[in-house]
Amino acid sequence: MADVALQSNRAAQAARKRGSLHRMLKRKSTVAFLMTLPLILLIATLVIYPAFYALHLATLNKSMQRFVGLSNFEFLFRRETFWLVVKQSCIFAITAVIFKAVLGFIIAHFVHNIPAKGQRKWRGMLLVPWVIPPAMSTLAWLWLFDPSYSAFNYTLSFFGIGPIPWTGDAMWARFSVILVNIWVGAPFFMIMYLAALKSVPEQLYEAAAIDGANWWQRIWYVTLPMMRNIIAITTLFSLIVTFANFDIVRILTAGGPLDHTHIFATWAFRIGIEGSDIPLGASVSLFMVPILAVAAIFILRDVNKRGNES
Amino acid sequence: MSRKKLSRRQFVAATALSSAALITAPYVRGAYAAGKLSIGFWDHWVPGANKASTDIVNAWAEKEKVEVQIDYIPSQGNKNLLTIAAEAQAKSGHDILAMPTWWPHAQAELLEPMNDVMDGLIKQNGEPNGTVKYLGQSKGKWLAVPASVGSQIKGPCSRIDLMKQHAGIDVQALYPAGAPPKADSWTLDTFLKAAEACQKGGVAFGIGLGETSDNVDTAGAIFQSFGAALVDEKGNVTVKTDAVRQALEYYKKLIAFLPPDAGAWDDSSNNKWLVSGRGALIMNPPSAWAVAKRDAPQVAEQCWSHGFPAGPKGRYAPYLSYFWGTWSFSKNKEAAKSVLRALSQPDAIEKMCVASGGYDLPCYEKLTTLKVWQEEGPPKGTLYHYPNPHNHQTLSIAAAPAPPKIAQQIYTQATLTKMCLRYHQGEAMEKVLAWAEGECEGFMRS
Repeated sequence: MADVALQSNRAAQAARKRGSLHRMLKRKSTVAFLMTLPLILLIATLVIYPAFYALHLATLNKSMQRFVGLSNFEFLFRRETFWLVVKQSCIFAITAVIFKAVLGFIIAHFVHNIPAKGQRKWRGMLLVPWVIPPAMSTLAWLWLFDPSYSAFNYTLSFFGIGPIPWTGDAMWARFSVILVNIWVGAPFFMIMYLAALKSVPEQLYEAAAIDGANWWQRIWYVTLPMMRNIIAITTLFSLIVTFANFDIVRILTAGGPLDHTHIFATWAFRIGIEGSDIPLGASVSLFMVPILAVAAIFILRDVNKRGNES
Repeated sequence: MSRKKLSRRQFVAATALSSAALITAPYVRGAYAAGKLSIGFWDHWVPGANKASTDIVNAWAEKEKVEVQIDYIPSQGNKNLLTIAAEAQAKSGHDILAMPTWWPHAQAELLEPMNDVMDGLIKQNGEPNGTVKYLGQSKGKWLAVPASVGSQIKGPCSRIDLMKQHAGIDVQALYPAGAPPKADSWTLDTFLKAAEACQKGGVAFGIGLGETSDNVDTAGAIFQSFGAALVDEKGNVTVKTDAVRQALEYYKKLIAFLPPDAGAWDDSSNNKWLVSGRGALIMNPPSAWAVAKRDAPQVAEQCWSHGFPAGPKGRYAPYLSYFWGTWSFSKNKEAAKSVLRALSQPDAIEKMCVASGGYDLPCYEKLTTLKVWQEEGPPKGTLYHYPNPHNHQTLSIAAAPAPPKIAQQIYTQATLTKMCLRYHQGEAMEKVLAWAEGECEGFMRS
């Protein structure tokens, strides 16, 4: 009798388990999780594992045989070149992002005002710099800036200007790498802003016009507030990507002259791979993390706040 | 159902046959009886040069019954350095990997000692030059086998006509083909005067001041000609010495006669300078001349490779050596050593040198007078003095004699050219020296 009762209990439990599993599988969040699982695994393998591995490397000595804690960072903080690289990375990323944002905003407005018929062609053409792999397009820029055979200098010579040391002088070299970064990145801002512009309801502009708002007031009081979140997210994304840039500087100047264009990634490569000091290279590249984390916290907090307000 | 019974005789016969098969199996040579071997060679600049290495390895593989896989890894974009770093981290990869200059020392703890291979090769081919010993040996242990493929001297390659026309120097008379140099007058002072004359003539010497290898090598040789070293062989910082000051003063004078954009030059800039006919001299192996032969034959016909000018402390020329290393975690070390012996035989070395058009340079003393350097042209004999056949100059590498792990940092960070540029741009001598001293102290990290 007791056996029978026990068996029926087990059967009920199994049925309940099957039921809850079934219910769990039917839940939208479970399905969503399962569908994103391949991506999560991919990110875990290609991003999270290398990130932790880099952390581990940064705590080793040069020959990678001994744990040294934070000594590598302590060593870096005492190096003059490291602070030069920090300064340059900030100049490079902040200047480039500001110009990309401003140019992207202006171009997006121009494209938005083109009649729908011809707009697609312009959108396509303006995206070309962003679509071409930067390593390839930067090679073309390298030929334009070539120390001895610059096509720009050749053209400028007809106007009695130059030759300009595009990559030979510290200031010009910084200008050149930032210019190329803006050229590559501005279309991304343009397309994001264009999408945001298209989602601003026309009625808001009509209401502003009835209130007598001029062009500038419409931009300031209607367009910009409606685009704030997109601007914040795009800026954050671009800031991260620009801080981590490698190919443009590596190809155009390789960090020269006199280290005046090195940014975190190129200097980390110089130290880690070319100088066979992988732990120090890892430490240089990890130094970006706190800077970007602080920027991300501020920008995302602002986005959240606005989300809650609305 | 019938069941066949195994008789005692049959059982004994079967056992004997199986045992015999098992015992003799290792001695029966199948197609790849000696296993597999993977090789990562440096991908040569010279078209067709890789084929010579492939042919030598394939002939060896057929004889030794080894299955070989060869990858040619380019140095463009430092792909070879990335491969070395990745394999060292993964403790897995090629059984043999080509390593440039500093990398045997950088990976010393992970490389299989090659003394048994090198002892035989030295007996056969003669002593390797001093730079190869400096780069390839650590505490009496050979870290890797010197490779002729990719090894080079970055000496002057002058335009015969322009040097005569503007500087009044006959480089063919200083370095006659087939005969020892008569270059006592070829000193750093003469070099400076020639640089000035050629710059005034609109054909400046193409010497860069950037952060890449060609620029650093020239600075290294000139510093050594003054006896100037930033760090000595014991690891002491020796930046603030008269020799370093003299070298900087000399470089400051020289920079005034170099192209104004020399600070931005990379390793291709000097080649372009020569091939385009804009310069009277560059510091390079014969690759620039080989390109000129193809693209600008009228320039190539006027090129002459020769020795470095002598300074107060001697005549130094940059020698950059490649090595073939075997990881300590390699799965087929014996086969690796065997193929490295095959690749280092005189006839194999000659074959590879010919395939590279004379670019490759073996380090062994008995192999610096191969026919290829006597015969290559035009003009005939242009490469005769390229391999330093009369030991007219000391072969060295920038940042030597510092301990190689420190020297690698000085070399990679281009400390020498940066010092020269800083001083040229108006920074005070003592400030430049203090900066360099700080850098070198940082390079002592272990």
